[in-house]
Amino acid sequence: MIKSGLRISSNNIIVLATLLLLILLYGSGSFMYTGFFSLQVFLNLFIDNAYLIIVATGMAFVIITGGIDLSVASVVAMISMISASLLQQGMNAYLVMVLSLLVGIVFGAGQGYLISKFQLHPWIVTLAGMFLGRGIAYLIGTESIVITNATYTAISSYKLRLFGGSFISISVVIALLFVLAALLVGKYTSFGRAVYALGGSERSAVLMGLPVSGTTIGVYALSGFCSALGGIVFTFYMLSGNSLHLMGMEMDAIAACVIGGILLTGGFGYLLGPMLGVLCTGIIQTMIIFQGTLSSWWTKIAVGFLLFLFMALQRLIVMRKESGGAPMKIARNIAKNDVKM
Amino acid sequence: MNYDILLRMEGIGKEFPGVAALSNVDFCLRKGEIHALMGENGAGKSTLIKVLTGVHKEDAGTIKLRGREIHPRSPLEAQQLGISTVYQEVNLCPNLSVAENIYIGRQPRKRGMIDWNAMHRLSEELLARLDLHIDVKQQLSLYSVAVQQMVAIARAVDISSGILILDEPTSSLDMNEVKQLFSVMRKLKDEGMGILFVTHFLDQVYEISDRITVLRNGLLVGEYETKQLPRTQLVSHMIGREWNPGEMALEKSGRGEQTGIFLEAKGLGKKGSIETFDLKIHEGEVVGLAGLLGSGRTEVARLLFGIDKSDSGVMELYGERLAAIYPQKAIRSGMGFCPEDRKAEGIVGELTIRENITLALQAKQGLFPYIPVSKQKEIAEKYIDLLKIKTPSTEQRIDNLSGGNQQKVILARWLATGPKLLILDEPTRGIDVGSKAEIRKLIFELAATGISILIISAELEELVNCCDRVIVLRDRVQIGEVSGMEMNEGRIMQMIAEGGERHEAAGMA
Amino acid sequence: MKQPAWLERGTPTPKVVWPLLALLILYLFNLIVMPGFFRVELIDGHLYGNLVDVLNRGTPLMIIALGMTLVIAKEGIDISVGSVLAISGSMAIYMLEGHRLWVAILAALGVGLLCGLWNGMLVAVLRIQPMVATLILLTVGRGIAQLITNGQILTTTRDSYEFIGKGFLFGIPFAVYIAAIVFLLIYLLKTKTAFGLFLESTGANRKSSEFAGVKPRVIFMTAYAICGLLAALAGIIYSSNLSSADANNAGLWYELDAILAVVIGGTSMRGGRFYLGGTVIGAIFIQSLTTTIYSLGVPPESILLVKAVVVILVCLIQSDVFRQKLTSRKRKVTAS
Repeated sequence: MIKSGLRISSNNIIVLATLLLLILLYGSGSFMYTGFFSLQVFLNLFIDNAYLIIVATGMAFVIITGGIDLSVASVVAMISMISASLLQQGMNAYLVMVLSLLVGIVFGAGQGYLISKFQLHPWIVTLAGMFLGRGIAYLIGTESIVITNATYTAISSYKLRLFGGSFISISVVIALLFVLAALLVGKYTSFGRAVYALGGSERSAVLMGLPVSGTTIGVYALSGFCSALGGIVFTFYMLSGNSLHLMGMEMDAIAACVIGGILLTGGFGYLLGPMLGVLCTGIIQTMIIFQGTLSSWWTKIAVGFLLFLFMALQRLIVMRKESGGAPMKIARNIAKNDVKM
Repeated sequence: MNYDILLRMEGIGKEFPGVAALSNVDFCLRKGEIHALMGENGAGKSTLIKVLTGVHKEDAGTIKLRGREIHPRSPLEAQQLGISTVYQEVNLCPNLSVAENIYIGRQPRKRGMIDWNAMHRLSEELLARLDLHIDVKQQLSLYSVAVQQMVAIARAVDISSGILILDEPTSSLDMNEVKQLFSVMRKLKDEGMGILFVTHFLDQVYEISDRITVLRNGLLVGEYETKQLPRTQLVSHMIGREWNPGEMALEKSGRGEQTGIFLEAKGLGKKGSIETFDLKIHEGEVVGLAGLLGSGRTEVARLLFGIDKSDSGVMELYGERLAAIYPQKAIRSGMGFCPEDRKAEGIVGELTIRENITLALQAKQGLFPYIPVSKQKEIAEKYIDLLKIKTPSTEQRIDNLSGGNQQKVILARWLATGPKLLILDEPTRGIDVGSKAEIRKLIFELAATGISILIISAELEELVNCCDRVIVLRDRVQIGEVSGMEMNEGRIMQMIAEGGERHEAAGMA
Repeated sequence: MKQPAWLERGTPTPKVVWPLLALLILYLFNLIVMPGFFRVELIDGHLYGNLVDVLNRGTPLMIIALGMTLVIAKEGIDISVGSVLAISGSMAIYMLEGHRLWVAILAALGVGLLCGLWNGMLVAVLRIQPMVATLILLTVGRGIAQLITNGQILTTTRDSYEFIGKGFLFGIPFAVYIAAIVFLLIYLLKTKTAFGLFLESTGANRKSSEFAGVKPRVIFMTAYAICGLLAALAGIIYSSNLSSADANNAGLWYELDAILAVVIGGTSMRGGRFYLGGTVIGAIFIQSLTTTIYSLGVPPESILLVKAVVVILVCLIQSDVFRQKLTSRKRKVTAS
């Protein structure tokens, strides 16, 4: 996938644009603010956004099938509340993690089941899932719960030293391993290929005898799993459970996918893309922090604007594809007319 | 002539609510033959194929594969039995690579992971068998439809064990691509494969097939050896009327006293759907478009009404050139279009008869001024009376009406706009005999009031009875025109069967 | 077999029966569990009581749901209404400082209209799926509201502004009159202009409508513009009722309530026929449900949960596949 991506084509142009944007943003940040160009600032992008990288990569699978998962942010919040309250009651930390992951998988698979068996719109089901997740979190508690569990705090504060005094957290390792696993699943398993096939043409996938309904359920279960894993990582980061955590994060995840070249119409996208997308939005956030006087809300607005830009870009590419090499046809006609004249 | 019989279908019957789609149909496919399945729309070709590929369950009859009875219940099951199908639209995933499209769902593996190298090698070998040498790592959508079709065939061949069904694979290919496809088909035939081939193009049938089975209205007309079946006979088998060259048309009453030209198309065409054509329609004239399914008859209508964009030629209304045409503009210039697919493109099922009738008139006027409901009812009632639409009230939902009455509502929709030209695509398809006669009578009455009409129909009798002139299309090319004494079913059938050459020759002489 | 289906389909009125029935059952439940729910008192010439409260608090929802009805009728959706509400409320209260009342109101409505046009542009012109297109404004909108309020909760003491959401006219909350006027206007738009016809026909069958000469894009833009405008109006009432604008929490989850109200009211998520009366009753039902849950002493946190489940249930009931499965199961039961 990566090997054949050397040529510029409509498939990888967005990823290339994203890379360029990444370099431009980072460069202008380094140019404008002293202290921006340091390894630790760069690594902090990963540390601060480890959970988002995981969630966005999970979302990418769903989007590649042509669906969408709006429930991710609430599932992260729900998981943070569930783990915090279970830890508060003294449950073993690792058991909590396993339970969290199970909850995420069941939640996602349930959504997938409704979507595939009853042909409901993915967005209406996951919209309900979004409210359900928050609702469950609210039900557990409306107040923030601080986590004091020894294992969690240890994982949270552990710094994996790299050269030159810079460091990363365990969450970053989890996120990077996860992205690697996602790349392998996407490229080398029949599930991963079925995901792409489904996004290319569901009808064809059925006629080619692929397990369409199983793949649909699987992909939402995977997204649920990612949200849960993201929730655990986010809990390490925040060391608290709060039902109001990450309001509106689903847009950040979708934005990361779109910016990372995952086509919203399904079927296309490199699974490395969402991580690049997250880094882009992360740099914007860092720049706004470095700037100092701008309100943090500008991040949301900037991300929204980027999302819009990349959506428009995608639309252009899709339109070109739909017209099926229209430019050539037009050229041919012009030539014909010239002859007539 | 001692062929091994691969597949034998006997006494196949299939009923859908209200219609017998197939009754007592036999079909037999031998080893190493290309067998064409022919018939007009509604003849039961696709139902037969769907029964064979497990999409539909047969109600009667038996299917025997190499003498063993089978009951495929899904496309997957049929595939596992070794019957694989290539459909008209390429049913592959355009976003995946060529190799992957061939092997998805059954990829070669190494240590549990997909072995891409093996997959690329295997697909290259497979495609080489079909004389196709392309980069299998490239995305499928980068290739032409012909290559995509070939890839679909490669997949089907690889899965199949001797039986291949090609359901109108050539309908979107150009001449060279068809040639390429045919050489592959011959190769497979030589390898001993039995190929069931569905197409609407007569030339292709005579070029490639060994045998022809003709269906009509769900019944078997017969199985013929291609060499022994003259074209004209095939056409008359398909259309279901005896072709009698001596038969002459009755002279029409005094309609079509050529008035001014309403519409003129010069060199209008769209690549891949219809070759350039010229068309003149006078005021108050009824013009017919004849041709078999897939001959480009619907495509002409869609170009004229601006649903599809032409890529060459011009269109003139009253001698004035139109820069661009799209439905709204066509309607404003006095055109109306009753599409062939009434349900998907004609009626708005959820709305009432009144709303369906006034929709186009209101759209022509824009949002304001709104036609008050009382006035709408008046209009609707007027047309319900005029066209004898059978309904208890104007407030009935249109999808509760019969096909004939729905068609009349669509006609009423356009009549309410005061049209100058009505394009009717298969106005009497799927309509009972009584309503058919009524609609034909209506066409006469409308033409008498000065409305021009363009009728597309598969029923030649209908065209000959209603039209002043009939334009004949064949394989997406306008091959000629008949009018007056020359206009009879026999002549048109002959043109469809034999192509334009003879006609042109006759015209020159 | 044809006759009953014919009868069932021919008359469109029964659709409104379902939300009414739901409302009736809820009220019956309340009548049994807490008879005090229905007490209405006249204090200082103003009506007070739970029912009046439902009407008063329900007005922003009712207004938003009416806009949402138009968008859903066109097979779309607008999940940014809550954020637009927050923007308009913030804008109105921000503009009240140093401007006349009508300037503030016009500014708020103008912002809402812009938001609606933006959504419409994304959906109709760029053809982005309605859900994702409006998602942008859902999150960015709150950021914009924050920028207007500068991160603070703005308050106002302008009596004339507070009257909009808190005042009473002839004993009935003033906001109820606004909702009634909005309903009337939309109703007139539906019945007295061709807009309703075009909206229903494009929502039900876009292709047929296009071939009949309707311009789907224009209809789409208009529906979204109206939806944005009405969300802004709801924002004015909402902020006036609280005399403050909170960019973070104003109108939170309103999109869900509005979608629910529309769907309960009988308009299908798949577009086509829309029922304004049904939407109003749906909105009243949801507000009553909320009020009931509050007065029962059930933790209000569970409201979100209940609503999420109701959305899924209603969608399942509207799903053909689900109905087929149910009927085939029933048949099996009766057969055995």
